[in-house]
Amino acid sequence: MTLMKTFLGAAAAMAVTAGAALADPAIIFDLGGKFDKSFNEAAFNGAKRWADETGGSFREIELQSEAQREQALRRFAEAGSNPVITMGFAMADPLSAVAADYPDTKFVAVDVTWLDAPNVRQIGFAEHEGSYLVGMLAAMASKSGTVGFIGGMDIPLIRHFGCGYAQGAKAVNPDVKIVANMTGTTPAAWNDPVKGSELTKAQMSQGADVVYAAAGGTGVGVLQTAADEGILSIGVDSNQNHLHPGKVLTSMLKRVDVAVYDAMKAGENVETGVFTLGLAEEGVGYALDENNAELITDEMKAAVDAAREKIIGGEIEVEAYYTNDSCSALDF
Amino acid sequence: MDVVPKWAEVTLIPIISLLLAAIFSAIVIIAIGEDPLNALKIMVQGAFGSTYGWGYTLYYATNFMFTGLAFAVAFHASLFNIGGEGQALLGGLGVALVCLLVPWPHWTIALLFAMIGGAAFGALWAAIPAWLQAKRGSHIVITTIMFNFIGAAVLNYMLVNVLKPKGSQDPATARFAEAVHLPTLHDILAPFGIAFSKSTPANVSLFIALAACVLVWLLIWRTRLGFEIRAFGKSQSAARYAGISGVRITMIAMLISGGLAGLMAINNVMGEAERLVLNPTEGAGFLGIAVALMGRSHPFGVFLAAILFGFLYQGGAELAFFTSIPREMIIVIQALVIMFTGALDNMVRMPLERIFLALRGKEVR
Repeated sequence: MTLMKTFLGAAAAMAVTAGAALADPAIIFDLGGKFDKSFNEAAFNGAKRWADETGGSFREIELQSEAQREQALRRFAEAGSNPVITMGFAMADPLSAVAADYPDTKFVAVDVTWLDAPNVRQIGFAEHEGSYLVGMLAAMASKSGTVGFIGGMDIPLIRHFGCGYAQGAKAVNPDVKIVANMTGTTPAAWNDPVKGSELTKAQMSQGADVVYAAAGGTGVGVLQTAADEGILSIGVDSNQNHLHPGKVLTSMLKRVDVAVYDAMKAGENVETGVFTLGLAEEGVGYALDENNAELITDEMKAAVDAAREKIIGGEIEVEAYYTNDSCSALDF
Repeated sequence: MDVVPKWAEVTLIPIISLLLAAIFSAIVIIAIGEDPLNALKIMVQGAFGSTYGWGYTLYYATNFMFTGLAFAVAFHASLFNIGGEGQALLGGLGVALVCLLVPWPHWTIALLFAMIGGAAFGALWAAIPAWLQAKRGSHIVITTIMFNFIGAAVLNYMLVNVLKPKGSQDPATARFAEAVHLPTLHDILAPFGIAFSKSTPANVSLFIALAACVLVWLLIWRTRLGFEIRAFGKSQSAARYAGISGVRITMIAMLISGGLAGLMAINNVMGEAERLVLNPTEGAGFLGIAVALMGRSHPFGVFLAAILFGFLYQGGAELAFFTSIPREMIIVIQALVIMFTGALDNMVRMPLERIFLALRGKEVR
């Protein structure tokens, strides 16, 4: 099925109408939008840092519909953008259809690791490893022996976060009770701070005194309520410790910003292939800064850092939800 | 007799409303420091300037035709079916099950059964609120809205726990087999020597949507059932006095409505994505309400309004590609169109009525 002829024609027409600067990188934000205080915003920050440092410019689009995924890929590839960076696992399927049509364009797919395409740099994160560490911290900081987990939508990725968290908590305290809730069933669940706040209160009434939010913008409500009610919370993706100094235990870092920054810096020569960024690559980790220094005792830090070394060394193997589509440490 | 003549009702009022919406949009665009004329040019060219643009415009319009018709049918019976979104979601599930469970030899047969599957699931999802309304008087607005959330939860559960291929991180079904891929407009028009852009999602479902427009018109204005639906919608007590069963009309109107909403899935699930993803409808069910209201619940009006909103969607996307106008701005423009054509209808109608009254007054004298 060769479509080259049509594409060349379309590309020529596009080049005339678009007139875009050649070889600028482009970034496609997922439906959450670039100001989601989480995943997409981290990517935007990485892109902005690149633009500020190099004086370069990049093109961007915030998707509004599923049909635009393929459209945006083709639009940017035809306009000469290189590399084209995509956010989120949902871009995998459109990429598998589009990437081969533009062999000279490099694509960078964040949160995708399973495509067979020579011109795609696929970046995955070992979120379960980072979540394992913050799970340990949660169980050590908890006085009640009950810790909470609040996810956004009930999708495998979020179960993956929750599963690592539960394993970490149980590694510290085998009797720990884990309360897990998902925010909703529609994409609105990613940006519903009010519901996040209610879920936090509900988990408190079940005894939780540390709550981990892996729910995009909903997490803002979780962190706020936890701070108001005097319990601890754990942020996600970006370092959210500063939102409520002294009240956010830590944040599970997922360095999407670094991944995007590096890809833009490498430009059209970006290396392709599959890259999984775990603890060893510092793609994930836990945040320690002046805002939570008093909350993390030396003892806690020593235990977590030891576990980190063991995970990197392979002595501790954190179970990934994807392996069996199930989690032995937590039922969803 | 209506004060405003029929021709003015169907042309002047929507055109003036649209102009007002365009003027307000232009003011907002100027306020954020962009050129409204350039924006309009990008939108029109992007949506209608090439077969590429048409391909996307018609794809969106196909979705809105189905959901607009769905709302219109129920609305003729005075039933406010806000559940188009959930019914279309479930329709997607029906279409996906049909496409995945049977190894179809050819897309024509698959399409036929996918239509049945989608319509059946959509109708089923409308049947429960309809029954509660007809038998128990539970208000249809409340129940259908609730069923949207239940529908989203059902779909979520099915995708994450049942239909997702094992080990996949994406909560979506596997791709449908090659044999059930619907021909796109490119495939259909190529034999006639018309070169239509190959990378667009518009497909054969468009013609089914157009056929549905005609069938709904026949149903509402040319059949006994349509008469009963309209009579029931105008006055329930009078309809009952005339021997029309309210339970029967409520059920039938809602089943047709849900079925039409469910049919949308042949376009977005079978025609475009070729697999079932989370949130496949993206608000098309809700937008159908605006489309039907703007189209005065007439199939031809629904057709025109669907094209208009297809233009706003695709034109809006082009705007996002080529200007720094943020996507929220595009939603503002769409909202202004909905507000002026739907909610502020009387604002245009009443001055017009006064003008026509004044004109007629002169004639009489």
